[in-house]
Order: sequence, then structure tokens, then C-alpha cells
Amino acid sequence: MTIWIRDGKIVDSVRGVVQKRDIIVERGRISRIPKPGAFKEKGPKLRIIDASGKIIVPGLIDMHVHLREPGHEYKETIATGGKAAVAGGFVGLACMPNTDPINDTSAVTEFILRQARKSNLVKVYPIAAITKGQKGENLTEFGDLRRAGVEGVSDDGFAVSNSEVMRRAIEYARYYDLVVISHCEDTNLSEDGVMHEGVVSTQIGLRGIPAASEEVMVQREISLARLTGCPVHIAHVSTAGSVQLIRRAKEEDVPVTAETAPHYFSLDHRAVIGYDTNAKMNPPLRTPEDVEAIKRGLAEDVLDVIATDHAPHSPLEKDLEFDRAAFGIIGLETALPLTLALVEEGVLSLPEAIKKLSYNPATILGVNGGSLREGGSADLAILDPKQEYTLKAGDIQSKSKNSPFIGQPLKGRNLLTMIGGRIVWKRAREHLGG
Amino acid sequence: MGQLTVEDIELILETAESLKEISEREIKKVPTLRGKSVVHFFYEPSTRTRTSFEMAAKRLSADTVSLSASGSSMVKGETLIDTARNLQAMNPDLIVLRHSSGGAPHLLAKEVKAGIINAGDGINEHPTQALLDLYTIKERKGRIKGLKVAIIGDIAHSRVARSNIIGLNKMGAQVTISGPPTMIPLQAESLGVKVVHNIAEAIEDRDVIMMLRIQLERQSKILFPSIREYATFFGLNKEVMKRAKKDVIVMHPGPINRGVEIASDVADGPYSVILDQVANGVAVRMALLYLLIGGARSDNLD
Repeated sequence: MTIWIRDGKIVDSVRGVVQKRDIIVERGRISRIPKPGAFKEKGPKLRIIDASGKIIVPGLIDMHVHLREPGHEYKETIATGGKAAVAGGFVGLACMPNTDPINDTSAVTEFILRQARKSNLVKVYPIAAITKGQKGENLTEFGDLRRAGVEGVSDDGFAVSNSEVMRRAIEYARYYDLVVISHCEDTNLSEDGVMHEGVVSTQIGLRGIPAASEEVMVQREISLARLTGCPVHIAHVSTAGSVQLIRRAKEEDVPVTAETAPHYFSLDHRAVIGYDTNAKMNPPLRTPEDVEAIKRGLAEDVLDVIATDHAPHSPLEKDLEFDRAAFGIIGLETALPLTLALVEEGVLSLPEAIKKLSYNPATILGVNGGSLREGGSADLAILDPKQEYTLKAGDIQSKSKNSPFIGQPLKGRNLLTMIGGRIVWKRAREHLGG
Repeated sequence: MGQLTVEDIELILETAESLKEISEREIKKVPTLRGKSVVHFFYEPSTRTRTSFEMAAKRLSADTVSLSASGSSMVKGETLIDTARNLQAMNPDLIVLRHSSGGAPHLLAKEVKAGIINAGDGINEHPTQALLDLYTIKERKGRIKGLKVAIIGDIAHSRVARSNIIGLNKMGAQVTISGPPTMIPLQAESLGVKVVHNIAEAIEDRDVIMMLRIQLERQSKILFPSIREYATFFGLNKEVMKRAKKDVIVMHPGPINRGVEIASDVADGPYSVILDQVANGVAVRMALLYLLIGGARSDNLD
């Protein structure tokens, strides 16, 4: 069967252009990307998808999610996380190792990949722990884990506090081309903190997490990357100071890349007033000045990637006193509209925005995908950038509903997701033909 | 204190004044709240505040039930929301909550119909302490507006400080804070206070000095090196008091650490109103109970 996606505009992030093009999909691959009117075939084996007024983007790749399986299946599974992903336009997910058991051996990696194959939705790129048990002491078997299928290593959720261990990790990871993703936090500084330390924490009486707890570790990773010449990827950047440190490091050709999450450019610490535990995440929501710096960092390519840090939690962890509630929010289904808001605001062009959600994370992870090209796998999403709606808990595909954006107006929506030529998500009541 | 208007505060203080006399009678009981039930839910240990609330409720003839975390299902793993729903099912008129988490009364308020009085939440607020402090200041000084008040100690981790700062500012006093720099919160000026580095300077020319309790058990390791050093440099003693105004009043929310933040001769001395604060606490809490469940009004107080 041939699929003809016609009359849409495609986003070419690599060349930085948006142009009117059709897409022809055959045998799971993009066979041609013709100009409108150039493709004229007809027949019973042709399926037409009408994409007029819509935007076609490469399938999005999220390099930072928590899928909770194995161990916390009541929060999310690889199957439900996959469903949330395709609903949000994602076709690939890099899942963090803080499951139970922790992904620090090939057996756990193989289990994750088996579950991913069973659910048969998104591509799952397991990230293994840097250290056994994420304890920060002994390295996991990077080679064995690589062979089992991991794409990177991270002790996400914890920082590797021993600088010598981190140095050896980034050196050793290079042999296997594994990306090392660093959760930057000096836990002595952040201990007991539940929100950003600043004017709001002072006023509402919650213990603070200073910006410095992130920044001192960002600086350490930069120093280690400079020392060893080995790349480090900085996870969930939230402060102006971190952006500045990474900017300088990049100017000096230190091999460092970085991501931020949509909530760090959409919300600030005032969201905590009222003690909404869906405004509690780590790193915490920072000041309006930090939000501006994050946007500037994205615009200037200091921040390469937008990743969600999708962190599903059930009411058991969230319907609690603020300081007892778990850190983290879900993000797969809101990343796209929140990022499109940056396009609307003029911070990023559409191709730049999509690049940070697809091509750049694919490149850093070292996986295929992230662009629409003839001969490539037909992994794509069709968006309506103009659709306005209010996010409802009932619309969320993730098993957990811990989002501060519920009840908020959003603009821009994914209508259809295709992986390998197969339609894995189609929003009900949308008329796309086909 | 954040939710109260100046008019609310004035009404509470006036009501307390008229109820104070009940505690001085031979028979210290009036039937005003007969048939009303009040739950004292103390998730955190407390002697003064809890006894004060109990006394206040009993003097107004309300039925009281006390719950503490250790004696409740909280130790069995029940969440605050579930405990709240169970309490609600018994239909109390008022819940007095002391909790170690900032914002806990807000969470409780979403779940129950009963009025809620915040008896201290984490390091956030302790509004009834601030109200009894305001009452005591007004009683002694005849006014609050225009007074200069110094609050000394661990401002960053003190709910008493935060509530007093809000209350004093609303009532038109000028607040200065001082203490070791490790105990001054970031951007403290945003609270509407002046930060003075040196404590002797901070108490000079003030009408009221409010000392805060140092939590020896938790903080001695990092926020200051030793009790001895704290007492020497940040304690209120006779020597420092020489810099104070002659008609100054010295306050402390209790329990005091004698010889640490306050020297015994100051705590027991002529400027001290510490025991007046305790006595007034009962009157102020009676006023709150009366206003919340005795009359027409019924809402939450924080």
C-alpha cells in the first residue's frame, strides 16, 4: 500500500525551512517528497491523508522520560507511556534507569526492550545507570549494557557526587559511544529543599533549593569534559547561571550539550503559591529571569534539546503535603503546544523548535530519525499548529495525570503519528481523510 | 496572617479584650460554644499552643477532641487527606491544625467543611502566635501603628517570624530583623523588613524586641558553630540591653532556651512580657473560636 500525505507543509529542520510538499510512504519508508501537484497516481491501493493547513514534522524524540517499568507500573508502563508519547507526536523515548530494579544490568535493559517490542508503539532507547544501584560508587558494565541495547548512561534523579567517578564514567563511556547524561545537583546544597530558593520560598515558607546547587555541578561537568575531551550532556537545565556556564563552555569548544524541559520556559516559581504539588519538580521552577534566560539559551543554541523529563506519579505521591509530595510532572502530551508557544512568541522559528525536539536529541543519542528524508523510515507527526483547546485530565493518555497544565489553554496539537509507515495515533474527530 | 485584613485583625484583638476577663473569674467558663465541637489535630508536638487552644475551647464550653500524630492513624500510614475525610465524616465545627509541612492547612481546607485554624504549619506561618503577640504589644504600648519592632534569631526557619512580620506590617509597625547571616532568608527585604547586620544595632531605639527560639536539636551543626558562640554574639543579655530603650518590651514565643537566645535575667526581668504573651494567648484563641463558630461567620483562618 502507498500512503499519500498531500497538501501539507513539511518542516525540514536540518535546512531550516518550511515548504509545501507531499509525502509518499511505501513499505514503511518515505519514498518521495514531491512538490504539490507532481504526484498523480490513483488506485485502490492508495491511501490519501489530507494534510491541508497542517504541518508535517519528523517524529519527535524525547531523550528524557521516566517510564516507571519495571517496578512502578501503577504510575506508568512502557505501553501507557508509549501511548502518551504517540499522542504527543513522539516516536522515540530515552527512558531513565531509576526503575525498580534499577536499569544497571543487561537483564533489566533486555526486559525493557522486550516490553517495548510487545507494546509495539514507540522506539524505546534505554538509558542505563552510570553506577550500580545509582549509588555513585562503582560503574555499571557499560559494554555489556551497550550490547544489550542501551543508548546512554545517567544516574538521573541523583547526581554522581564523586567527581573522580564521574570523570572515569565519561572517559569510559566514550569507548562505547554512550552519551553520558548528567543530573546536576549538589545535594548538600539542595537537601530538604522543595522549591526554588528565592523571594517566593521566603514568602510562603517552604525550604529552598538554590540555583547554585545546579550550577556548581554544571561547572564540574564542564571542567571534566574539558579535562578529558569526552562529551557530557547536561539534563534539565533550569537556571540562568547554568545557561551562561554552558554558553561559555561551547564558545571554548568544550564538548558539552544540554537540554531543558518545557516547564522551565513556561512556568516560574510563583506557580508554587497555593502549594500545588504539580508545581513541584526537581530542579524546581525558577524565577521569571531564569525563564527568560532559558528562552535565550534555546534561541542561541546553548540549549540543544527540549526534553520533557516526563515523570508520572499517582495521587499516592502527589495528593500530599507539599514537602512530602514527589518531585516531577508528566510532559509527553504538552511538550508540543508549549514549544509551539515559543514559536508564536518569536523565540524560535518552527524548524528550530522541531529540531530541538527531534534531530538534535537523535544526534546526541546517536540514533536514527529526527528528519524527513527520502529513503528514511516514515516516522512523522501531523500537527495543527493553530488548534486551541483546554487540556483536560480525561484526554491525557498517560496513566498518571500529574500536570500543572490541566485546565490551561493550549495552542497547537498533534493529530496523527506515524511510525514506520504505520499510523499509531490519530486524534478522534479529525478529518484527515485516509 | 496573609489572609487577614486590618479590620479582621482589629476585630480579633477587640474580641479578645472583651473575653480576657473570663479567664480571671472564679468560674472560668461561659456557655457560648455549647454544642460545638473542636478537633485539636496536632501533627507536631506542642505544649503551649495546644494547652492554650484547649483552655480557650473549654472556657467557651465547646467539646474538644485531641489528636496527635503519634496517637493517630498517621503512624499507620494514613495520608492527611484521608485523615481529613474521616474527621469530616464526624462533622466537627472547627479543626485546629498543627503540622510540620508548610501549606498543610490549605490541603486540609480543600477536603473539609469545618473551619480550620492554622496552629503552625512547617516554617510557613503561626498566625495565632502573631495575633497574641499583636495583642500583647497593643496592651502594653497602647498601639501598634508606628512602633519599631526588632525580631532576632532564625528568621529563615521561623513561622513565628513570618506571621509576625506580615501582621506587624499590616498594622503599620516597622520591622527590623537580625541574626546570623545563615538565618536570614534570601531576599528578606521582600517581606517588607529592614535587615540589620548587628544585633545590638538592631535593638537600639526599638519599642519591641522579639526573640526567637533557637532549635538546638536540628540546627546547631551548620547554621552556627556552637551554642556558646550563639549566646555570646546573638543572645539577648543585660549587656546588649543597655543599648535598648528604657520602655522597651521583650517578647519570646517560648519555649525559651535560658542562657542561649535569652539570658535568664532578661527573660525574668522588668522588660519581659513573656508570660503575658501566654496569658493573652488564651484570650486571643477564645476570640478566634468565638468569631469562627460562635457567631454568623465561618471561614478559615490562616
